Amino acid sequence: MSGSERRPAHPPIRLGTVLWAAIPIGWVTVLLLLPYLFLFAHSFFRLVNGRLTHQLTLENYGRLFGTALYPGTIIFSAGIAARVTLASLVLAYPLAYLLAFKVRRHKNLLYMAVIIPLWVSYLVRAYAWKIILGQGGILNGLLQATGVIQQPLTVLLYSKWAVIIALIHIYTPFTLMPIYAGLESIPPALKEASQDLYASRWQTFWHVVFPLSLPGVVAGCTFAFVLSMGDFIAPSLLGGNDSALMVSNLVVSLFGVAYNWPLGAAVSVVMLAMTVTLLTIARKLEDRWAGGGPAAGRAGGQPGMGRGALRA
Amino acid sequence: MTLPILELRAVTKRFGDFVAVDNLDLSVAPGEFLTLLGASGSGKTTTLRMIAGFEHPNAGEILMDGTAITALPPYHRDLNTVFQQYALFPHMTVQENVGYGLRMRKTPRAEGTDRVRQALDMVQLEHLAQRTPRQLSGGQQQRVALARALVNRPRVLLLDEPLGALDLKLRKEMQLELKHLNRQLGITFLYVTHDQEEALTMSDRIALMRNGRIEQLDAPQAMYEHPASKYVADFIGETNLLGGSAARRLGGSARLVIAGQEFEAPATPTLRDGQPAWLALRPEYLRRAEAGGEGPQLAVTVVEAVFTGQVTRLYTRLADGTPLVMHWPATESVLAPGSALTVTWPAKRGLCVGE
Repeated sequence: MSGSERRPAHPPIRLGTVLWAAIPIGWVTVLLLLPYLFLFAHSFFRLVNGRLTHQLTLENYGRLFGTALYPGTIIFSAGIAARVTLASLVLAYPLAYLLAFKVRRHKNLLYMAVIIPLWVSYLVRAYAWKIILGQGGILNGLLQATGVIQQPLTVLLYSKWAVIIALIHIYTPFTLMPIYAGLESIPPALKEASQDLYASRWQTFWHVVFPLSLPGVVAGCTFAFVLSMGDFIAPSLLGGNDSALMVSNLVVSLFGVAYNWPLGAAVSVVMLAMTVTLLTIARKLEDRWAGGGPAAGRAGGQPGMGRGALRA
Repeated sequence: MTLPILELRAVTKRFGDFVAVDNLDLSVAPGEFLTLLGASGSGKTTTLRMIAGFEHPNAGEILMDGTAITALPPYHRDLNTVFQQYALFPHMTVQENVGYGLRMRKTPRAEGTDRVRQALDMVQLEHLAQRTPRQLSGGQQQRVALARALVNRPRVLLLDEPLGALDLKLRKEMQLELKHLNRQLGITFLYVTHDQEEALTMSDRIALMRNGRIEQLDAPQAMYEHPASKYVADFIGETNLLGGSAARRLGGSARLVIAGQEFEAPATPTLRDGQPAWLALRPEYLRRAEAGGEGPQLAVTVVEAVFTGQVTRLYTRLADGTPLVMHWPATESVLAPGSALTVTWPAKRGLCVGE
């Protein structure tokens, strides 16, 4: 006790500490904060005769919210993202549950099988779907060979469905990881306690396991939703005409083809605001559901990586 | 004899090559406070977990009120468990935790609320009903765990080292409280602990386990005064174990040699002639021998005297170097290290035990 009282209120800051801190702080400032600041500033600039001026205006935002195209695109993207999230969750939760509780022997192998695709370039995986879904692709070939269809289906590729399928494939591992971590951190004694108190396996899942896995579910869904809503590659490679309906592709065309940086910046800022709002809500939910925290020394019911994941 | 409320018949549990519980027989009488005592790995927790239904025996039967429950899942057994780390549900309030079992059994809401309130009242936690477990101290969590089990009015309550995480003072209080609850409610308590003092304090009977078997099953005082083996004598309370050479059996007693001197003492019934034997002497029965006094006598050299509050412990050595501890009366002045001393004990208090 007395030792800590004698310690000076502000320990001297050492040069080494300053250097260690300077690198990440500099990195974040130059590569993250400044670009966002530029983006934010640009959204208030005015375009005069196709030339960027530094006159401040709100008309970019006026146009954004006044033209059906832009809110429509955002809503459409959110719709795609919602479907991807739901499908990822439906696929990931049972698998995470199996991994956490049922699989014993080949647990690591199975987990790696889920994770390894993440090491393959995203671009390669998106292209792979072209090969699978294309007119002369694997899926059509299979369906024709088995006589299910006579003519190759053209609706598979270059549609929003192709985008959704690819995004589900790409973001399911992201959904799985926090759910798995959350489930695994549930102390086995809690399940035993529930069964000891007359709850069947199903009741135990519903009243104990599932509520305690919710922070992981929120983290996983947030990953899937935010990442797929802002996705650019899958729509441009697989989306065909529908690709223009995704918001990232809209931003790209505003910055590129249309050379309307201020409007592009305004759309980006709105997107950013939506993402931040979503992350905040997700974190609030996680905090609330994780509210109980560990019941005892065993660092128990803190369902897992969920919060860490969103805070990182 | 009344029908045992709980009975284990030739129960065996293996984990791979390791035999955790080895052909175990045990009967628990209704209302009894029975403690499974043992070192870690002795099989006491595995036994409890098989009774609760979390582990399934490889062989043998478990009966409750004469009916086999061996194959029943935990949720169909009329008993409840207080877990070592309490295992409270972190996402529920104290009230919801305590009401969980009633809810699962579809108890009418009004009755449920009433019983939860009574249970919380019994452990003096009514004022904390709306808290979550994380907001409670270890002792409070412990009480919630107890209330959560007792609210269901089980026939048998299983307790798996429930006081292990509490500090000494609180542990002593809870020991008494548990004993009172056992008497008041008439619920059978099956208690697991590695703490022999705890077992002695609370139990009606103690089953001392070793390598998956029961080494001795007895009332606390009987076990303390008549340990069946060297292991029991050593495990229960503090004991000096002297000798170790082959004993000569003479009816109810035995002869053995300690530091070159022959002694005769009462022997455990199982001690056979020619078996290695030890003379078990409790430190509290040892005292300074009067010159020319009667009874057994041993010459020792004082090594050190340690004052522990209640007693002064005198560490000594026999002629052959074997250590011997005795309690030294507070009224007598302490002997300096190196002094010679002759000790004696009431002849019937020295017990010859085998391995």
